Amino acid sequence: MAEVEESNKPLFAGLSDISISEDIPVEGDISVPVGSQNTDNDFSTLDEPVKDTILRDLRAVGQKFVHVMYPKKSSALLRDWDLWGPLLLCVTLALMLQGGSADSEEDGRPQFAEVFVIIWFGSVIITLNSKLLGGTISFFQSLCVLGYCILPLTVAMIVCRIVLLGGASIVSFAVRLIVVTASFSWSTFASTAFLADSQPANRKALVVYPVFLFYFVIGWMILTFSPSQ
Amino acid sequence: MASPDDLKFQEFEEAADLLSSNPGASTLSISNPSAAAASSGDVRVDLSDDEDNQQENSELLGGEKQTGGFWTFEYYQSFFNVDTVQVLDRIKGSVMPLPGRNFVKHHIRNNPDLYGPFWICVTLVFSVAISGDLFTFLINMGDPGYHYRPQFNRVSIAAITVFLYAWLVPLGVWGFLTWRQSVERHISGYTFLETVCVYGYSLFIYIPTSILWTIPVYWLEWLLIAIAMVISGSVLVMTFWPAVRDDTKLTAFATMAVIVSLHALLAIGFKLYFFQTPTKTESSHFGQTTPASHLTTTNVGKHQ
Repeated sequence: MAEVEESNKPLFAGLSDISISEDIPVEGDISVPVGSQNTDNDFSTLDEPVKDTILRDLRAVGQKFVHVMYPKKSSALLRDWDLWGPLLLCVTLALMLQGGSADSEEDGRPQFAEVFVIIWFGSVIITLNSKLLGGTISFFQSLCVLGYCILPLTVAMIVCRIVLLGGASIVSFAVRLIVVTASFSWSTFASTAFLADSQPANRKALVVYPVFLFYFVIGWMILTFSPSQ
Repeated sequence: MASPDDLKFQEFEEAADLLSSNPGASTLSISNPSAAAASSGDVRVDLSDDEDNQQENSELLGGEKQTGGFWTFEYYQSFFNVDTVQVLDRIKGSVMPLPGRNFVKHHIRNNPDLYGPFWICVTLVFSVAISGDLFTFLINMGDPGYHYRPQFNRVSIAAITVFLYAWLVPLGVWGFLTWRQSVERHISGYTFLETVCVYGYSLFIYIPTSILWTIPVYWLEWLLIAIAMVISGSVLVMTFWPAVRDDTKLTAFATMAVIVSLHALLAIGFKLYFFQTPTKTESSHFGQTTPASHLTTTNVGKHQ
Protein backbone atom coordinates (compact mmCIF):
# COMPACT_ATOMS: atom_id res chain seq x y z
CA MET A 1 0.00 0.00 0.00
CA ALA A 2 2.84 2.34 0.86
CA GLU A 3 4.33 1.51 -2.47
CA VAL A 4 1.19 2.68 -4.23
CA GLU A 5 1.13 5.90 -2.28
CA GLU A 6 4.75 6.57 -3.02
CA SER A 7 4.28 5.94 -6.66
CA ASN A 8 1.13 8.05 -6.84
CA LYS A 9 2.69 10.97 -8.55
CA PRO A 10 4.71 8.85 -10.98
CA LEU A 11 1.57 6.83 -11.80
CA PHE A 12 -0.39 9.88 -12.81
CA ALA A 13 2.59 11.20 -14.62
CA GLY A 14 2.72 7.95 -16.52
CA LEU A 15 -0.81 8.36 -17.72
CA SER A 16 0.11 11.27 -19.84
CA ASP A 17 2.28 8.93 -21.89
CA ILE A 18 -0.67 6.85 -22.91
CA SER A 19 -2.20 7.96 -26.13
CA ILE A 20 -4.96 6.57 -28.21
CA SER A 21 -3.88 5.84 -31.70
CA GLU A 22 -5.86 7.78 -34.19
CA ASP A 23 -6.14 5.00 -36.70
CA ILE A 24 -8.15 2.51 -34.65
CA PRO A 25 -11.47 2.52 -36.36
CA VAL A 26 -14.57 2.80 -34.26
CA GLU A 27 -17.37 1.02 -35.89
CA GLY A 28 -20.56 -0.71 -35.10
CA ASP A 29 -24.17 -0.14 -35.81
CA ILE A 30 -26.69 1.78 -33.86
CA SER A 31 -30.25 0.71 -34.21
CA VAL A 32 -33.18 2.25 -32.44
CA PRO A 33 -35.70 -0.41 -31.61
CA VAL A 34 -39.19 0.33 -32.74
CA GLY A 35 -40.85 1.04 -29.38
CA SER A 36 -44.49 0.71 -30.27
CA GLN A 37 -44.75 -3.00 -29.62
CA ASN A 38 -43.13 -2.76 -26.18
CA THR A 39 -45.27 0.11 -25.01
CA ASP A 40 -48.34 -1.72 -26.22
CA ASN A 41 -47.45 -4.71 -24.10
CA ASP A 42 -46.72 -2.59 -21.05
CA PHE A 43 -49.49 -0.03 -20.96
CA SER A 44 -52.34 -0.81 -23.27
CA THR A 45 -54.55 -3.51 -21.92
CA LEU A 46 -57.32 -2.67 -24.30
CA ASP A 47 -56.85 -5.67 -26.55
CA GLU A 48 -56.59 -8.39 -23.98
CA PRO A 49 -59.49 -10.69 -23.37
CA VAL A 50 -61.90 -9.71 -20.58
CA LYS A 51 -61.03 -12.84 -18.65
CA ASP A 52 -57.45 -11.60 -18.27
CA THR A 53 -58.57 -8.25 -16.96
CA ILE A 54 -60.93 -9.71 -14.41
CA LEU A 55 -58.49 -12.37 -13.30
CA ARG A 56 -55.75 -9.83 -12.79
CA ASP A 57 -57.92 -7.75 -10.47
CA LEU A 58 -59.20 -10.83 -8.68
CA ARG A 59 -55.68 -12.05 -8.18
CA ALA A 60 -54.69 -8.70 -6.66
CA VAL A 61 -57.69 -8.81 -4.34
CA GLY A 62 -56.93 -12.39 -3.36
CA GLN A 63 -53.32 -11.56 -2.65
CA LYS A 64 -54.41 -8.81 -0.31
CA PHE A 65 -56.77 -11.20 1.46
CA VAL A 66 -53.81 -13.44 2.13
CA HIS A 67 -51.87 -10.49 3.48
CA VAL A 68 -54.69 -9.69 5.89
CA MET A 69 -55.01 -13.24 7.14
CA TYR A 70 -51.30 -13.44 7.84
CA PRO A 71 -50.39 -9.88 8.76
CA LYS A 72 -46.67 -9.55 8.23
CA LYS A 73 -44.84 -6.34 7.75
CA SER A 74 -45.54 -6.09 4.06
CA SER A 75 -46.45 -2.96 2.24
CA ALA A 76 -48.47 -4.60 -0.51
CA LEU A 77 -51.74 -3.43 1.00
CA LEU A 78 -50.50 0.09 1.21
CA ARG A 79 -48.68 0.29 -2.08
CA ASP A 80 -51.31 -0.94 -4.50
CA TRP A 81 -54.48 -0.05 -2.74
CA ASP A 82 -57.79 -0.89 -4.27
CA LEU A 83 -61.33 -0.70 -2.99
CA TRP A 84 -62.75 -3.79 -4.69
CA GLY A 85 -62.02 -6.03 -1.72
CA PRO A 86 -63.66 -3.74 0.82
CA LEU A 87 -66.71 -3.34 -1.40
CA LEU A 88 -67.04 -7.08 -1.81
CA LEU A 89 -66.69 -7.71 1.93
CA CYS A 90 -69.02 -4.90 2.89
CA VAL A 91 -71.78 -6.03 0.53
CA THR A 92 -71.45 -9.64 1.66
CA LEU A 93 -71.60 -8.68 5.32
CA ALA A 94 -74.52 -6.30 4.83
CA LEU A 95 -76.47 -8.89 2.84
CA MET A 96 -76.01 -11.49 5.54
CA LEU A 97 -76.82 -9.13 8.39
CA GLN A 98 -79.79 -7.33 7.01
CA GLY A 99 -83.21 -7.41 8.50
CA GLY A 100 -86.46 -7.72 6.71
CA SER A 101 -89.28 -5.26 6.37
CA ALA A 102 -91.33 -4.05 9.30
CA ASP A 103 -93.77 -6.47 10.92
CA SER A 104 -91.55 -9.39 10.12
CA GLU A 105 -89.59 -11.48 12.56
CA GLU A 106 -86.37 -9.91 11.39
CA ASP A 107 -87.49 -6.42 12.18
CA GLY A 108 -84.90 -5.49 14.78
CA ARG A 109 -81.91 -6.29 12.63
CA PRO A 110 -79.88 -3.55 11.05
CA GLN A 111 -80.98 -2.70 7.56
CA PHE A 112 -78.64 -3.17 4.60
CA ALA A 113 -78.18 0.56 4.33
CA GLU A 114 -77.36 0.87 8.02
CA VAL A 115 -74.58 -1.71 7.85
CA PHE A 116 -73.24 -0.22 4.62
CA VAL A 117 -73.24 3.30 6.05
CA ILE A 118 -71.65 2.21 9.31
CA ILE A 119 -68.81 0.44 7.53
CA TRP A 120 -68.05 3.09 4.92
CA PHE A 121 -68.81 6.13 7.01
CA GLY A 122 -66.95 4.61 9.92
CA SER A 123 -63.89 3.98 7.76
CA VAL A 124 -63.99 7.53 6.38
CA ILE A 125 -64.27 9.01 9.86
CA ILE A 126 -61.43 6.89 11.22
CA THR A 127 -59.26 7.88 8.24
CA LEU A 128 -60.07 11.55 8.76
CA ASN A 129 -59.31 11.15 12.45
CA SER A 130 -55.91 9.63 11.80
CA LYS A 131 -55.06 12.30 9.23
CA LEU A 132 -56.16 15.10 11.55
CA LEU A 133 -53.96 13.69 14.30
CA GLY A 134 -50.99 14.00 11.99
CA GLY A 135 -50.77 10.65 10.27
CA THR A 136 -48.79 10.19 7.11
CA ILE A 137 -50.97 7.58 5.48
CA SER A 138 -53.03 8.64 2.50
CA PHE A 139 -56.81 8.71 2.50
CA PHE A 140 -57.46 5.78 0.19
CA GLN A 141 -54.68 3.64 1.59
CA SER A 142 -56.30 3.86 4.98
CA LEU A 143 -59.75 3.09 3.56
CA CYS A 144 -58.23 0.10 1.80
CA VAL A 145 -56.60 -1.26 4.96
CA LEU A 146 -59.69 -0.80 7.11
CA GLY A 147 -61.92 -2.41 4.49
CA TYR A 148 -59.69 -5.41 3.92
CA CYS A 149 -59.36 -6.06 7.64
CA ILE A 150 -63.11 -6.74 7.82
CA LEU A 151 -62.30 -10.12 6.25
CA PRO A 152 -61.94 -12.02 9.56
CA LEU A 153 -65.30 -10.65 10.69
CA THR A 154 -66.97 -11.74 7.44
CA VAL A 155 -65.54 -15.21 7.92
CA ALA A 156 -66.91 -15.16 11.48
CA MET A 157 -70.34 -14.17 10.14
CA ILE A 158 -70.36 -17.15 7.80
CA VAL A 159 -69.30 -19.45 10.63
CA CYS A 160 -72.01 -18.00 12.90
CA ARG A 161 -74.67 -18.59 10.29
CA ILE A 162 -73.55 -22.18 9.88
CA VAL A 163 -73.56 -22.67 13.66
CA LEU A 164 -77.02 -21.18 13.90
CA LEU A 165 -78.33 -23.73 11.41
CA GLY A 166 -78.10 -26.18 14.26
CA GLY A 167 -80.46 -24.16 16.42
CA ALA A 168 -79.90 -21.37 18.94
CA SER A 169 -78.72 -22.66 22.30
CA ILE A 170 -76.24 -21.84 25.02
CA VAL A 171 -73.56 -23.96 23.34
CA SER A 172 -74.05 -22.26 20.00
CA PHE A 173 -73.93 -18.89 21.73
CA ALA A 174 -70.66 -19.76 23.44
CA VAL A 175 -69.16 -20.94 20.16
CA ARG A 176 -70.32 -17.79 18.37
CA LEU A 177 -68.95 -15.61 21.17
CA ILE A 178 -65.54 -17.21 20.93
CA VAL A 179 -65.45 -17.01 17.14
CA VAL A 180 -66.56 -13.38 17.02
CA THR A 181 -64.16 -12.32 19.79
CA ALA A 182 -61.25 -14.05 18.07
CA SER A 183 -62.00 -12.54 14.67
CA PHE A 184 -62.61 -9.05 16.08
CA SER A 185 -59.24 -9.08 17.86
CA TRP A 186 -57.63 -10.44 14.68
CA SER A 187 -59.12 -7.59 12.64
CA THR A 188 -58.00 -4.97 15.12
CA PHE A 189 -54.53 -6.46 15.34
CA ALA A 190 -54.17 -6.71 11.56
CA SER A 191 -55.26 -3.16 10.86
CA THR A 192 -53.13 -1.81 13.70
CA ALA A 193 -50.11 -3.58 12.22
CA PHE A 194 -50.64 -1.66 9.00
CA LEU A 195 -51.83 1.68 10.34
CA ALA A 196 -49.87 2.24 13.53
CA ASP A 197 -46.56 2.90 11.83
CA SER A 198 -47.82 6.00 10.13
CA GLN A 199 -48.67 7.79 13.37
CA PRO A 200 -46.48 9.91 15.64
CA ALA A 201 -45.49 7.88 18.65
CA ASN A 202 -47.36 9.80 21.32
CA ARG A 203 -50.71 9.53 19.55
CA LYS A 204 -50.80 5.87 18.64
CA ALA A 205 -53.44 5.02 21.23
CA LEU A 206 -55.63 7.89 20.01
CA VAL A 207 -55.64 6.37 16.53
CA VAL A 208 -56.00 2.73 17.55
CA TYR A 209 -58.99 3.28 19.84
CA PRO A 210 -61.47 4.28 17.06
CA VAL A 211 -60.36 1.25 15.03
CA PHE A 212 -61.04 -0.94 18.07
CA LEU A 213 -64.47 0.66 18.51
CA PHE A 214 -65.29 0.20 14.82
CA TYR A 215 -64.55 -3.52 14.77
CA PHE A 216 -66.21 -3.96 18.16
CA VAL A 217 -69.46 -2.53 16.83
CA ILE A 218 -69.33 -4.73 13.72
CA GLY A 219 -68.55 -7.73 15.94
CA TRP A 220 -71.53 -6.85 18.12
CA MET A 221 -73.80 -6.74 15.10
CA ILE A 222 -72.56 -10.17 14.05
CA LEU A 223 -72.92 -11.64 17.52
CA THR A 224 -76.47 -10.43 18.04
CA PHE A 225 -77.62 -11.73 14.71
CA SER A 226 -80.58 -13.91 15.42
CA PRO A 227 -82.09 -16.15 12.80
CA SER A 228 -85.62 -15.64 11.72
CA GLN A 229 -88.01 -18.33 12.82
CA MET B 1 -37.11 32.62 45.17
CA ALA B 2 -35.51 29.52 46.64
CA SER B 3 -34.03 26.86 44.35
CA PRO B 4 -36.29 26.66 41.31
CA ASP B 5 -36.21 22.87 41.35
CA ASP B 6 -38.09 22.77 44.65
CA LEU B 7 -40.56 25.42 43.77
CA LYS B 8 -41.20 24.46 40.19
CA PHE B 9 -44.33 22.41 40.73
CA GLN B 10 -45.85 24.89 43.15
CA GLU B 11 -45.18 27.75 40.83
CA PHE B 12 -47.02 25.89 38.16
CA GLU B 13 -50.08 25.63 40.43
CA GLU B 14 -49.77 29.33 41.18
CA ALA B 15 -49.70 30.08 37.52
CA ALA B 16 -52.82 28.02 36.93
CA ASP B 17 -54.66 29.79 39.77
CA LEU B 18 -53.51 33.16 38.55
CA LEU B 19 -54.70 32.22 35.12
CA SER B 20 -58.11 31.21 36.39
CA SER B 21 -58.63 34.36 38.41
CA ASN B 22 -57.22 36.85 35.92
CA PRO B 23 -57.47 35.56 32.40
CA GLY B 24 -56.65 38.96 31.02
CA ALA B 25 -53.47 39.34 33.06
CA SER B 26 -51.92 36.06 32.04
CA THR B 27 -49.25 37.62 29.86
CA LEU B 28 -47.59 39.09 32.94
CA SER B 29 -47.88 36.03 35.13
CA ILE B 30 -46.40 33.68 32.54
CA SER B 31 -42.95 35.30 32.38
CA ASN B 32 -42.06 34.44 36.00
CA PRO B 33 -42.53 30.65 35.86
CA SER B 34 -40.89 30.41 32.48
CA ALA B 35 -37.88 32.38 33.71
CA ALA B 36 -37.65 30.07 36.72
CA ALA B 37 -37.89 27.04 34.46
CA ALA B 38 -35.24 28.38 32.11
CA SER B 39 -32.85 29.26 34.92
CA SER B 40 -32.79 25.74 36.39
CA GLY B 41 -30.27 23.30 35.04
CA ASP B 42 -32.38 20.42 33.87
CA VAL B 43 -35.56 21.23 32.05
CA ARG B 44 -38.27 18.71 32.70
CA VAL B 45 -39.91 18.04 29.41
CA ASP B 46 -43.59 18.00 30.30
CA LEU B 47 -43.52 21.18 32.36
CA SER B 48 -41.55 23.16 29.83
CA ASP B 49 -43.96 21.92 27.22
CA ASP B 50 -46.81 23.50 29.14
CA GLU B 51 -44.85 26.70 29.60
CA ASP B 52 -44.21 26.80 25.89
CA ASN B 53 -47.88 26.28 25.26
CA GLN B 54 -48.81 29.10 27.58
CA GLN B 55 -46.20 31.36 26.12
CA GLU B 56 -47.19 30.67 22.56
CA ASN B 57 -50.82 31.23 23.25
CA SER B 58 -50.39 34.30 25.41
CA GLU B 59 -51.31 36.60 22.61
CA LEU B 60 -54.11 34.34 21.48
CA LEU B 61 -55.99 34.30 24.77
CA GLY B 62 -59.60 35.21 24.36
CA GLY B 63 -59.57 34.46 20.66
CA GLU B 64 -59.62 31.31 18.60
CA LYS B 65 -56.43 29.96 17.08
CA GLN B 66 -56.45 31.13 13.50
CA THR B 67 -54.15 28.92 11.48
CA GLY B 68 -55.42 29.36 7.98
CA GLY B 69 -58.94 29.78 6.74
CA PHE B 70 -61.70 27.37 7.54
CA TRP B 71 -61.38 25.80 4.08
CA THR B 72 -57.85 24.52 4.72
CA PHE B 73 -57.09 21.18 6.31
CA GLU B 74 -54.64 22.76 8.77
CA TYR B 75 -57.43 24.75 10.37
CA TYR B 76 -59.14 21.56 11.46
CA GLN B 77 -55.86 19.91 12.32
CA SER B 78 -55.34 22.57 14.96
CA PHE B 79 -58.29 21.14 16.86
CA PHE B 80 -56.68 17.73 17.10
CA ASN B 81 -53.42 18.90 18.55
CA VAL B 82 -53.50 16.61 21.57
CA ASP B 83 -51.45 13.68 22.74
CA THR B 84 -52.66 10.53 24.41
CA VAL B 85 -51.57 11.73 27.85
CA GLN B 86 -53.42 15.00 27.43
CA VAL B 87 -56.66 13.28 26.49
CA LEU B 88 -56.34 10.88 29.41
CA ASP B 89 -55.62 13.75 31.74
CA ARG B 90 -58.72 15.61 30.60
CA ILE B 91 -60.86 12.52 31.04
CA LYS B 92 -59.50 12.08 34.55
CA GLY B 93 -60.28 15.70 35.28
CA SER B 94 -63.88 15.22 34.17
CA VAL B 95 -64.35 12.16 36.36
CA MET B 96 -62.78 13.57 39.50
CA PRO B 97 -63.83 17.19 39.81
CA LEU B 98 -62.00 18.92 42.61
CA PRO B 99 -63.48 22.14 43.97
CA GLY B 100 -61.57 25.16 42.81
CA ARG B 101 -60.27 23.51 39.67
CA ASN B 102 -62.03 24.97 36.74
CA PHE B 103 -61.99 22.32 34.03
CA VAL B 104 -61.44 24.77 31.23
CA LYS B 105 -58.69 26.71 32.87
CA HIS B 106 -56.92 23.80 34.47
CA HIS B 107 -57.17 21.03 31.93
CA ILE B 108 -57.98 22.56 28.59
CA ARG B 109 -55.73 25.59 28.98
CA ASN B 110 -56.29 27.17 25.59
CA ASN B 111 -55.90 23.96 23.68
CA PRO B 112 -59.48 22.84 23.17
CA ASP B 113 -59.67 19.70 21.11
CA LEU B 114 -62.42 18.06 19.17
CA TYR B 115 -61.03 14.54 19.50
CA GLY B 116 -62.28 13.99 23.03
CA PRO B 117 -65.84 15.29 22.62
CA PHE B 118 -66.39 13.53 19.30
CA TRP B 119 -65.15 10.09 20.26
CA ILE B 120 -66.71 10.25 23.72
CA CYS B 121 -70.06 10.98 22.06
CA VAL B 122 -69.63 8.10 19.61
CA THR B 123 -68.63 5.71 22.38
CA LEU B 124 -71.57 6.88 24.49
CA VAL B 125 -74.00 6.25 21.62
CA PHE B 126 -72.82 2.69 21.18
CA SER B 127 -72.42 1.92 24.86
CA VAL B 128 -75.96 3.09 25.61
CA ALA B 129 -77.42 1.15 22.68
CA ILE B 130 -75.47 -2.04 23.38
CA SER B 131 -76.11 -1.92 27.13
CA GLY B 132 -79.79 -1.29 26.51
CA ASP B 133 -79.87 -4.31 24.25
CA LEU B 134 -78.15 -6.46 26.90
CA PHE B 135 -80.49 -5.14 29.58
CA THR B 136 -83.60 -5.98 27.56
CA PHE B 137 -82.23 -9.45 26.97
CA LEU B 138 -81.41 -10.02 30.65
CA ILE B 139 -84.77 -8.73 31.84
CA ASN B 140 -86.71 -10.97 29.50
CA MET B 141 -84.51 -14.01 29.80
CA GLY B 142 -86.93 -15.90 31.99
CA ASP B 143 -89.87 -15.27 29.73
CA PRO B 144 -90.48 -18.32 27.55
CA GLY B 145 -92.48 -16.34 25.01
CA TYR B 146 -89.63 -13.93 24.37
CA HIS B 147 -87.60 -14.17 21.22
CA TYR B 148 -84.48 -12.03 21.18
CA ARG B 149 -84.34 -9.41 18.50
CA PRO B 150 -81.49 -6.93 18.18
CA GLN B 151 -83.05 -3.49 18.29
CA PHE B 152 -80.74 -1.69 16.00
CA ASN B 153 -82.97 1.28 15.35
CA ARG B 154 -82.12 2.47 18.84
CA VAL B 155 -78.60 3.26 17.72
CA SER B 156 -79.90 5.95 15.37
CA ILE B 157 -82.04 7.46 18.10
CA ALA B 158 -79.19 7.43 20.59
CA ALA B 159 -76.87 9.00 18.04
CA ILE B 160 -79.26 11.82 17.22
CA THR B 161 -79.92 12.55 20.89
CA VAL B 162 -76.31 12.54 21.99
CA PHE B 163 -74.98 14.60 19.13
CA LEU B 164 -77.78 17.14 19.36
CA TYR B 165 -77.13 17.49 23.07
CA ALA B 166 -73.37 17.74 22.70
CA TRP B 167 -73.55 20.45 20.05
CA LEU B 168 -76.75 22.42 20.47
CA VAL B 169 -76.61 22.88 24.23
CA PRO B 170 -73.02 24.25 24.21
CA LEU B 171 -74.08 26.51 21.36
CA GLY B 172 -76.93 27.84 23.48
CA VAL B 173 -74.79 28.24 26.59
CA TRP B 174 -72.01 29.93 24.66
CA GLY B 175 -74.41 32.24 22.90
CA PHE B 176 -76.05 33.17 26.17
CA LEU B 177 -72.74 33.82 27.93
CA THR B 178 -71.43 35.89 25.03
CA TRP B 179 -74.60 37.96 25.02
CA ARG B 180 -74.32 38.56 28.76
CA GLN B 181 -70.66 39.41 28.28
CA SER B 182 -71.50 42.05 25.73
CA VAL B 183 -74.16 43.47 28.07
CA GLU B 184 -72.33 43.31 31.37
CA ARG B 185 -68.70 43.72 30.25
CA HIS B 186 -67.13 42.22 33.35
CA ILE B 187 -68.11 38.63 32.74
CA SER B 188 -65.44 36.35 31.37
CA GLY B 189 -66.76 34.07 28.70
CA TYR B 190 -65.47 30.96 27.03
CA THR B 191 -64.93 30.31 23.38
CA PHE B 192 -67.37 28.04 21.62
CA LEU B 193 -64.82 25.25 21.31
CA GLU B 194 -64.04 25.33 25.00
CA THR B 195 -67.73 25.00 25.80
CA VAL B 196 -68.09 22.06 23.43
CA CYS B 197 -64.99 20.54 24.98
CA VAL B 198 -66.33 20.83 28.53
CA TYR B 199 -69.65 19.31 27.58
CA GLY B 200 -68.02 16.52 25.62
CA TYR B 201 -65.68 15.49 28.39
CA SER B 202 -68.41 15.79 31.02
CA LEU B 203 -70.38 13.13 29.12
CA PHE B 204 -67.62 10.62 29.75
CA ILE B 205 -68.98 9.55 33.13
CA TYR B 206 -72.14 8.29 31.43
CA ILE B 207 -70.21 5.60 29.57
CA PRO B 208 -69.33 3.42 32.58
CA THR B 209 -72.70 4.34 34.08
CA SER B 210 -74.52 2.96 31.04
CA ILE B 211 -72.47 -0.22 31.17
CA LEU B 212 -73.34 -0.65 34.84
CA TRP B 213 -77.02 -0.05 34.08
CA THR B 214 -77.23 -3.54 32.58
CA ILE B 215 -77.43 -4.89 36.12
CA PRO B 216 -81.18 -5.12 36.56
CA VAL B 217 -81.35 -3.99 40.18
CA TYR B 218 -83.78 -1.13 40.55
CA TRP B 219 -82.27 0.93 43.34
CA LEU B 220 -78.75 0.50 41.91
CA GLU B 221 -79.79 2.11 38.64
CA TRP B 222 -81.15 5.22 40.29
CA LEU B 223 -78.16 5.39 42.62
CA LEU B 224 -75.87 5.29 39.57
CA ILE B 225 -77.86 8.07 37.93
CA ALA B 226 -77.51 10.19 41.05
CA ILE B 227 -73.76 9.62 41.28
CA ALA B 228 -73.15 10.30 37.58
CA MET B 229 -75.23 13.44 37.65
CA VAL B 230 -73.47 14.77 40.73
CA ILE B 231 -70.04 14.21 39.24
CA SER B 232 -70.60 15.49 35.75
CA GLY B 233 -72.97 18.20 36.90
CA SER B 234 -70.34 19.50 39.29
CA VAL B 235 -67.81 19.64 36.46
CA LEU B 236 -70.22 21.80 34.50
CA VAL B 237 -71.18 23.94 37.48
CA MET B 238 -67.58 24.59 38.45
CA THR B 239 -66.78 25.55 34.89
CA PHE B 240 -69.64 27.93 34.33
CA TRP B 241 -70.11 29.39 37.79
CA PRO B 242 -67.12 31.78 37.54
CA ALA B 243 -68.49 33.01 34.26
CA VAL B 244 -71.93 33.91 35.56
CA ARG B 245 -71.34 34.75 39.18
CA ASP B 246 -70.71 38.39 38.35
CA ASP B 247 -74.08 38.64 36.76
CA THR B 248 -77.30 39.31 38.61
CA LYS B 249 -78.24 36.65 41.13
CA LEU B 250 -81.34 35.66 39.23
CA THR B 251 -79.56 35.16 35.91
CA ALA B 252 -76.72 33.28 37.54
CA PHE B 253 -78.92 30.81 39.36
CA ALA B 254 -81.26 30.43 36.42
CA THR B 255 -78.35 29.59 34.11
CA MET B 256 -76.97 27.05 36.53
CA ALA B 257 -80.37 25.49 37.02
CA VAL B 258 -80.95 25.16 33.28
CA ILE B 259 -77.53 23.59 32.69
CA VAL B 260 -77.94 21.06 35.47
CA SER B 261 -81.51 20.18 34.61
CA LEU B 262 -80.70 19.60 30.93
CA HIS B 263 -77.89 17.29 31.95
CA ALA B 264 -80.23 15.45 34.30
CA LEU B 265 -82.84 15.15 31.58
CA LEU B 266 -80.34 13.48 29.31
CA ALA B 267 -79.42 10.87 31.89
CA ILE B 268 -82.99 10.15 32.92
CA GLY B 269 -84.09 10.04 29.30
CA PHE B 270 -81.46 7.44 28.51
CA LYS B 271 -82.48 5.38 31.49
CA LEU B 272 -86.17 5.46 30.69
CA TYR B 273 -85.90 4.82 26.97
CA PHE B 274 -83.07 2.35 26.62
CA PHE B 275 -83.39 0.51 29.86
CA GLN B 276 -87.11 0.00 30.05
CA THR B 277 -88.24 -2.31 32.77
CA PRO B 278 -91.36 -4.01 31.49
CA THR B 279 -94.01 -4.28 34.16
CA LYS B 280 -95.63 -7.59 34.99
CA THR B 281 -98.59 -7.03 32.67
CA GLU B 282 -96.33 -5.92 29.83
CA SER B 283 -94.11 -8.95 29.98
CA SER B 284 -97.03 -11.29 29.62
CA HIS B 285 -98.38 -9.28 26.73
CA PHE B 286 -95.02 -8.99 25.09
CA GLY B 287 -96.39 -10.13 21.78
CA GLN B 288 -98.90 -7.27 21.83
CA THR B 289 -96.36 -4.57 22.62
CA THR B 290 -94.24 -5.46 19.60
CA PRO B 291 -96.76 -4.20 17.02
CA ALA B 292 -96.58 -0.79 18.70
CA SER B 293 -92.83 -0.70 18.33
CA HIS B 294 -93.24 -1.88 14.75
CA LEU B 295 -95.52 1.07 14.12
CA THR B 296 -93.01 3.54 15.50
CA THR B 297 -90.19 2.01 13.49
CA THR B 298 -92.19 2.12 10.27
CA ASN B 299 -93.04 5.76 10.93
CA VAL B 300 -89.40 6.54 11.49
CA GLY B 301 -88.54 4.66 8.32
CA LYS B 302 -91.10 6.57 6.25
CA HIS B 303 -89.92 9.93 7.50
CA GLN B 304 -86.42 9.12 6.31
